[in-house]
Amino acid sequence: MEIVFALAIGILAGAGVWLLLRPRTFQVLIGLTLLSYGTNLFIFGMGRLALHQPPIIDSAAGPVDPQLYVDPVPQALVLTAIVIGFATTALFLVVILALRGLTGTDHVDGREPDA
Amino acid sequence: MNAILRHLVVLPVLVPLIAGAAMFFLAEARRTARATLTLDSVLIQLSAAIVLLYLTSEAAPYIWPEGVGVYAIGGWPAPFGIVLVVDRLSAVMLTLGSIVALATLIYSVAQWDRPGQPFHSQLQFLTMGLNGAFLTGDLFNLFVFFEVLLASSYGLLLRGGSAPRVKWGLHYIAVNLTASIFFLIGVALIYGMAGTLNMADLAGRATALAPNDRALFDAGAAILGIAFLIKAASWPLNFWLPGAYSVAIAPVAASFAMMTKVGFYSVLRLSTLLQEYATLDAALFYIGLATLVSGTIGMLAAKHLARLVAYSVLVSMGILLASLGLRIEALTAPVLFYLIVSVLTTCTFFMLTGMTDRTRVSGPPSTDRETEVEAEPAYVAYGIKQPSIYESGEDVGIAIPAAMAFLGMIFVCCALLVSGLPPLPGFLAKFALLSAVLHSVAAGNAPISTWVLCGTIVLSGFASLIALSRVGMRLFWSVTARTTPRLRLLEAAPVAALVLLCLGLTVAIEPVTRYLEEAARSLHQPDTYIHSVLSQETRREQRGAPRP
Repeated sequence: MEIVFALAIGILAGAGVWLLLRPRTFQVLIGLTLLSYGTNLFIFGMGRLALHQPPIIDSAAGPVDPQLYVDPVPQALVLTAIVIGFATTALFLVVILALRGLTGTDHVDGREPDA
Repeated sequence: MNAILRHLVVLPVLVPLIAGAAMFFLAEARRTARATLTLDSVLIQLSAAIVLLYLTSEAAPYIWPEGVGVYAIGGWPAPFGIVLVVDRLSAVMLTLGSIVALATLIYSVAQWDRPGQPFHSQLQFLTMGLNGAFLTGDLFNLFVFFEVLLASSYGLLLRGGSAPRVKWGLHYIAVNLTASIFFLIGVALIYGMAGTLNMADLAGRATALAPNDRALFDAGAAILGIAFLIKAASWPLNFWLPGAYSVAIAPVAASFAMMTKVGFYSVLRLSTLLQEYATLDAALFYIGLATLVSGTIGMLAAKHLARLVAYSVLVSMGILLASLGLRIEALTAPVLFYLIVSVLTTCTFFMLTGMTDRTRVSGPPSTDRETEVEAEPAYVAYGIKQPSIYESGEDVGIAIPAAMAFLGMIFVCCALLVSGLPPLPGFLAKFALLSAVLHSVAAGNAPISTWVLCGTIVLSGFASLIALSRVGMRLFWSVTARTTPRLRLLEAAPVAALVLLCLGLTVAIEPVTRYLEEAARSLHQPDTYIHSVLSQETRREQRGAPRP
């Protein structure tokens, strides 16, 4: 499981970085999105990977054994990071559209490179 | 009374949040009501910050005897709950931020806050993010407050919406989103290794890590440092700054005066708490030096005043980072004083550019593509017609006489402040820095880097004097194609007030320096900070204990 998880993060981040360095605004947007997906998985992984372990403690089921639960903090962090990332990406999309409308090109510099 | 004063810590975050949110319920047309609401909010923040400044000082030992105030937001004690921490450094930064916010707010009411877009709300959320970043006691909330201030800065930067602004705004947003990803990776690595995000708790746990974990922890700290250095506009991560700051409208650029300093504050806070950055100091020194040199070259090359001021921000960041990298403890207080002066200077200077832009008859020279600031109506892209910010059809407030003489005076003062000439505090700040460095030389430990820093600071001051005189001569003495602008009292007053405040700093240098030395001393004894934050639990029990 670890190797699959690590590969997923690596592929997402690698593709994200490559797209981030491209000259078209939409590619940059998708690159940032992929990078933040990779980052979110990474934060999640920092709480250690475990199967069949809930993060929320059920105290009604008798005495609590912390060994049976996964660390809830990274999951809370991921949730916050997803929300913030989603909002800023939406804002970035608006700016991309505004630049496209104002300059008539989707190049990040607002003009086509001199061929 | 003391119980109420303890709650003061949360006000700088809460008040702008409420004011900014309440603004959405006020109709766009009720300009007076909106302006009054923001003004009230900023005034409350300023008074809260000043009271905090007093309470953390030695003059008021009865609430926080060690000068560190801890506020557990949810009532949970420190390593588990979220805490706000105010110490002398935070109080200084809060006060400085509120002064900048107040000045830019008054300035913007004159005409800049008119068309569309929730300017006042964005300004409120910007100050909320800044205040929160200065107060927070854990890394993840630092991230959240960074995002709050960045999100509002994106909106503020795009204000006016012409093509160069949107282009630079796009670059700015892309760079900062990438920085946020770095921030998250760093935070995740640190949490994964140390198991805590509370800064005070981290300081204790970092030293107790196993060597394997320690390596990953250091990597996390370094990645976090990259995120901070991007915000602090250090070379080579600063190419977004000159463009973005010079195309923003004047009050926005002025309110951004604090933004780069947040990055520096975070570096300072963490490097004093986690002593392990010591190995990175040399890197920090050279990065700062490169920032200083590149900023100076940029100042010499700049043709447009706003761009020149943006490069002067780089120069100040370079001086701050390089001085921090020297790791001389006696240098911290002068560094903080220089930070205060440079924030006030940048703020004043950007507000001045908004007024000198109007001396042109036919708008900015369109030959310089990069610095082109068009007076185009906003959001042509969406087909919405909006009144231009630059059209001054109706008058707001009273115009002041002798406008050109006033502008010239302010320009001279700003030039003196930037280049560090007497009698303004720019000179005192640089003098204090250099003298602290030379004292450490006299004390025997003088690596070559100290001399390099001294020389570069002096040379960059000289170079900025040349650059500023050149731009100033073109701006004020070349009479062709210039017109005398009408200046409104509301715009001129905050600018004059900031310059007077700087003069006041010269006069009151002694108490200010004494306070900053106290702040520096408590920074270099992080045990007090750590102890105050982590002993929250016991103190809570004492307070909650039933009375006999």
